[in-house]
This record gives sequence, structure tokens and C-alpha cells, in this order.
Amino acid sequence: MRRILCALAVILSPLCAAAFPVEEEHVFPGTGAGSELWILSTTDTEYFAPLLTAFQARHPSVTIRYTVTGSASVYTAVADEGVACDLAISSAMDLQMKLANDGFALPHASAAQLPDWAQWQDRIFGFAQEPVVLVASRKALEGLALPRTRRDLIDLLRDHPGRFEGRIGTYDPLQSGAGYLFATQEARQSDSFWRLAEVMGANRPRLYASTKPMLDDLETGTLALAYNVLGSYAATRAAHDPDVALIEFEDFTLTLLRTALIPKDARNPELAGMFIDFLLSPEGRRLSGQQGGLPPVNEAALVQTPRLRPIRLDPGLLVYLDRVKRRAFLEEWAAAVKQP
Amino acid sequence: MTGRIRWRMPRAPLSLRQRLLLQLLGIAAMLAVFLYFTVRTVAGQAAETTQDGILGAATTAIAEQLRAGTEQVEIDLPYDAFSVLGSISEDRVFYRIDVGGETVTGYDDLPLPPEASGKVGPQFYTRPFRDTEVRIAAVTRQVVVAGQALPVLVLVAQTRLGQDAIAERIANRAAGLGLGFFTLALLLSLIAAGSVLAPIDRLAEAVARRGPEDLRAVDASTPRELVPLVGALNGFIARLRAALGRTETFITEAAHHIRTPLATVRAQAEIALRQSDNEATRQTLRGVIRAVEESARSATQLLDHAIVVYRSDRMTSDALDFGALVAGVVASIEPAASLKDVDLRLSPAPQPLPVTGDRALLESAVRNILDNAVKYSPEDSVVRLSLAAEDNRAVLRVEDRGRGLSGLDPASLSGRFRRGGNVADVVGSGLGLTIVTEVAAAHDGRFSLTEREGGGVCAEFSVPLQ
Repeated sequence: MRRILCALAVILSPLCAAAFPVEEEHVFPGTGAGSELWILSTTDTEYFAPLLTAFQARHPSVTIRYTVTGSASVYTAVADEGVACDLAISSAMDLQMKLANDGFALPHASAAQLPDWAQWQDRIFGFAQEPVVLVASRKALEGLALPRTRRDLIDLLRDHPGRFEGRIGTYDPLQSGAGYLFATQEARQSDSFWRLAEVMGANRPRLYASTKPMLDDLETGTLALAYNVLGSYAATRAAHDPDVALIEFEDFTLTLLRTALIPKDARNPELAGMFIDFLLSPEGRRLSGQQGGLPPVNEAALVQTPRLRPIRLDPGLLVYLDRVKRRAFLEEWAAAVKQP
Repeated sequence: MTGRIRWRMPRAPLSLRQRLLLQLLGIAAMLAVFLYFTVRTVAGQAAETTQDGILGAATTAIAEQLRAGTEQVEIDLPYDAFSVLGSISEDRVFYRIDVGGETVTGYDDLPLPPEASGKVGPQFYTRPFRDTEVRIAAVTRQVVVAGQALPVLVLVAQTRLGQDAIAERIANRAAGLGLGFFTLALLLSLIAAGSVLAPIDRLAEAVARRGPEDLRAVDASTPRELVPLVGALNGFIARLRAALGRTETFITEAAHHIRTPLATVRAQAEIALRQSDNEATRQTLRGVIRAVEESARSATQLLDHAIVVYRSDRMTSDALDFGALVAGVVASIEPAASLKDVDLRLSPAPQPLPVTGDRALLESAVRNILDNAVKYSPEDSVVRLSLAAEDNRAVLRVEDRGRGLSGLDPASLSGRFRRGGNVADVVGSGLGLTIVTEVAAAHDGRFSLTEREGGGVCAEFSVPLQ
């Protein structure tokens, strides 16, 4: 009976998954009739594959289904659609926080020692930290100094009107949960955000829902600057393409946590817990940092690099998700960026 | 089964120390439990007050940010108001803002306050909410929009997992504190019980340390509570002293009153014997003399035994030469022996035999041994006495050629008024060997009777050398 139910679930689950836009889906089949671990994630498969295969090497019977979607979709899938994935991994810390706060996450007793800003209760676990960076094309900026602070960037755009017209890319906070998080956190940290938004708005920026197409456009030369890009993706491009310059602003650089939680409708919460423990284990940290290109949570690095400013996992993240606050912020953002 | 047997066994009353300890520990345990609950309650209240303070501050901060817009109330949730709620614990946070009775933002199912408070400050209440229980702070403000005052209600709620965790941690500490307090109380109780009971121990020791003849009143200084006991003890000692004095007087007088008339009867009978020519009368008188002699001996033995019993409780310890003592007794018994033509041959020890003991008791014991030897020896025989120092003991051996033990157990002869089965024709009280045995016991000495080859008995009496 149980086996039939499992089989039904496997057949039915793609139907449920169809409720949100799937960017990628990979299945890592296990040996025999083991249980399935379904991970709903915002992290591209290529970054996560080493971790998945290493985990599967330890538990060969486990089949892993890895579905990539946007951070807003991860939230709605768990909160509104009741999608029974076993693990929700997202870079939108605020949405993850809201899921846990509103009771959509299961507790998991992990032996791993995380700093308190990288963990919330025993429900959200930060496993990777990465800076939010500006990526520039050296060719497009030829003859100009690379900006080192937001003020430099503002000056650069002001001093060269027209040169970057239509060649600046950034997240659309309406579409991307992570983009909204970066924008709100930056607005909270510094007044220069709004000035920068206005200056960028004057150059008619292109707005993206995810990092990948933004970086693709940078490489093809469509974009000269990509603002607020996840450091891990940018670093991979920069490693292959000498034209790509990765800039961590010296005034401050937001540092994001990729977090994992176990949704309350998870079918295999124990398996999900084992995977979290693996992510946080020394082996998981090593794999994540060296092979996956997702640097593990490292408090010492933050202390040594003062410009890195971590986004903390605390209830403050809920503030910008308030519908009144969100509407007001997006209106103000649109007024600044989408100039007639 | 064993339990039932134990249950039937009379229970020894608890010692004073046990009573004292049990009561002190009982009190300490009660105080420890009281301490635990007090700390727990106070700390729990303190934690709640702290968390309420933060919750109230966050709520007020949101209310302070309310602005009158042109058409509606402008709400701007301050980031730090929420952020600070996570500063103490990782608790879930919910909020709700109602303007003019309608929920504008937040969780519209968050429970409203029980009644409107007229206060400016926040109002706190605890309610179940969704799958948990929350502490809610409510603040009401009036905001004027387009000339109309609108009531705005701000609710901020927080779960109390952190507070529960703090309370639990404090409870654990309080339990540790209570346990520590109890352990300390245990140690102090032991010391206190020792010091309270010390005067009793000292008194008991002072009484026990006394010599056998020390019947003075106890005059050690004692706490007030022990004065009645010491008074009663002294009264008892006084009565005992008087009773012992009377006993001593009685024994001495009884000996005097019995022996003196017997000596007179014997003297008179001997005079009559000498004066009489009638053989029949002389025969009768000889019988009388013999009977009187035996009676005198019996009386002496009875008194000896009484004295032994009396004195062995309150023996004196004299330094004596056992050899000289035996020689003295031999000299005193010689006349009686010569009447029966029994020859007492004493081979003295080559060296003095210093012993410690009660002279009267030791003399009595030696006399009874010799008496028995003479009594049961046939006429015209020899009793050999030898003295020696053996094994750090002074040993006296008396060997007769009497009728022996006839296979009887020597131990059975030592009983009071017990006599052998082969002595019907000899007058005796049956107390002689009892006296000897008791004296030996009182002096840590030994006494034994053994059958001799060729008839007769060897009596061996020994006491430790000094």
C-alpha cells in the first residue's frame, strides 16, 4: 500500500510542481526503492551538484530530485501551494524568515554550531555566505577607473551621461525575491541607494528576474555593468572570462546567506535533516566552498573584512514583506528607476 | 518473608544525632524547595517583564511612526522595531495594524485586546494564535486624517519560547542552587549535631572513665538541659554508695556473728572432750567438733563468696608478690591440715612473682583451692604445691591424692552449689570452686582441674604477671 502511495506521489508530484515556473529539474536516481529527497532551490544545479552527488554517495538508495526556481516561487510553493518538497533552499532570506515565522518550517535538531545571525530557531540554517557585488565589463569601461564605492559609481554614471544608456542591468525587485531583498537591505543601510537608483534610472536600466541572464548579457556586451549580483555566480564567470571584473564596494557590501529549511508538508523530513547536517558538516562545507563555489558560512572572514555586512536572520526581515511597506517601497523604487 | 521478620523485630529508637539530623535536613529540604520555587517564579516574572518591555517598545515605535497622510494614515514599519524583538530570543513575531476598525496590514486574525484601554502605554495579553501561544502588546493612537480622528490599533505579538527557555535555564540553576543549599545544610547539620551532642558525649566519657570504687558525685560542668540528668545520676550514685556501705557492713558483721559463736562452741567442746573419760561421750564430742569445724568452713566460704561477688565489681589493684601470698595462705591452713595428718609441701618459685590484683580475693581463691585439696585428701597423705612463672603468668599447681574427679567435667564443678557425685561423706557447701573461678575471671586469670595419674587432682591457678 505504502509503495503504491509512493509511486502515486512520484507520478503526481510533477503535476503539482507545474504550479510554479521550473527553471531546471534534475533527478539523481538512487539504487533500488529508496526514498526520494525533493529539494526546491534557487541555486543553479551546477553549483549544487557536487554536494548532491557526495550526499548520494553516502546514501546510495536515496533518489534526489533537484528543482530550480525563483526565490518568490519557492515561497509561494511552500506557503500557498502546499508543495510537498522536503527542503526549501533560497537566497531570499526574508522570505525564508517569513516561512519559518508563519509556521511553515519544521524544526530540526542539528549538531552544527552556526553563529546566531546565520540560524533562526532550529528551523532556518544558513549554509553559504556570499557578497552581493557589482560586475563590470572591463572592455565597456575602457579608459575609466573601476568604481570602488557607490559614490564612485554615482560619479561615473553622472560624468558620462549616455555612455551607459541601456547598459546597466539589475534585478527587478517586483519579480525577484532576492532582488527585492538586496534593494531593501541597501536602502536600509545607506541613503546613497536612492541617489544611485535615480542615476541608474536616468540610464534606463535593464531589469532581470535572475542572475544568469544578466551575466550572459554582460558577457555578450549588451551590458556594461550588472548591479547587485550574487558573488558566487559572478566569481565563476570572472574565473573564465578576464573581461568580467567583480567589485565589492568598499563603503559596504551586503553579504547574503543561502538558507535551507524543511517545509512543514515535507514527506521525508528526517532525510532533509540529514541533508542539512551534511551541508553543515566539515565535508559539506569543504565541498560547497571548493567544488560548488558556494563559500560556507565563515564568521572570521566577516570580522577580517569590515566592508562585508551580513544580512542577519532576525524578525527585522519581515518588515519589508509587510504589504503596505512593500507597496510603498516599490512605488518609490519605480519612481526612481523607471523615469519617463 | 525477611521483611516480615524484620518488621516484627523491635525497632531501636532513633539516636539523638539521627533525630537532630533528620529534622535539620527536613527543614533544609523544605527551604531548598521554597528557594527553588521562589527563584523560579521571580526569575520567570523578571524575564516576562523584560520581554514585555521590549515588545511594548517595538509596538510603541511602530505607533510613533504613524503619520497623517492626505487621504489615509501612513504606516512605515521601522526595521529596528522588529529587529530588536530578535535580540533576546529567536521568537516568532506577528503584528496587525487596524485603522478605523479595519485591518490595513499584518495578520488580520491576530486576537484583539479584551477591552480598549485608556492608557497611552501598551496593553499586554496572552492568547492562543494559530499553532502556538503569543504574548501581544496593543497600542492605540488617534490620527487625524482629512479633519477626522481615526483610531489606529497597533498589535505586535511574540511567541514566548525564548522566555520559556530562559525560565527553564533559571529553573535548572535554581534547582542547582537548592541542591547546593541542601548539601551545605547537610554539612552544617552534621557539624551542628556534633557540637550539640558533644556535652552528652563528654559526660558519658567522664562517667565511664571513673575507677571501680569512684563513687563521687559527677561535678563536670554541663549545659542546663543536662543538669536534671546529672542530678538524678548523682542521687543514684549516692544511694548506691549507701547500699554498698550497708552490704559491706552486713558481710563483716555476719562473718563476725557466725564465726565467733562457732569458735566458742568448738572451744567448749574441746574442753569437754579433754575433761571427759567416757568414751561414748568423747566420740560424740569429736563429732560435734567436726560438725562445728565444717559449719565454720561453710560459713567462711559463703562469706568469701559474698565478698568475692561484692569486691569483683570494685576490685582494688594492689601490687603483690604471688609467692608470698600463697605462703601466707599455706601457713594459715597448715593447722587444719595437720589435724588430718596431711602434709602441705610448698616448693617456692626461684624468683618473686609480682602480680596486680585484689589481695583479699586472691587469698580467698588460694585458700579455697588448698581447702579443697586438704578436704578431699586421705589422712596421712601429701599435697604438693608448686609455684612457677610460665608464659608471663604466675602459676600455682596443687596436687593431691584425693578421690579425683571420677570422670566428671571440671567445668560443671564450678557452678554455684554444685558438687561432685562422689563426696556425699564430706561436708561442703559447693561454693569453693565457684569462688576460685570467679576470682580467676576477675583477674584475667585461669583455673583448671585435671585428673592425676595414680589418683588425685591437679588444680592449676594462674594470673598474669605484672
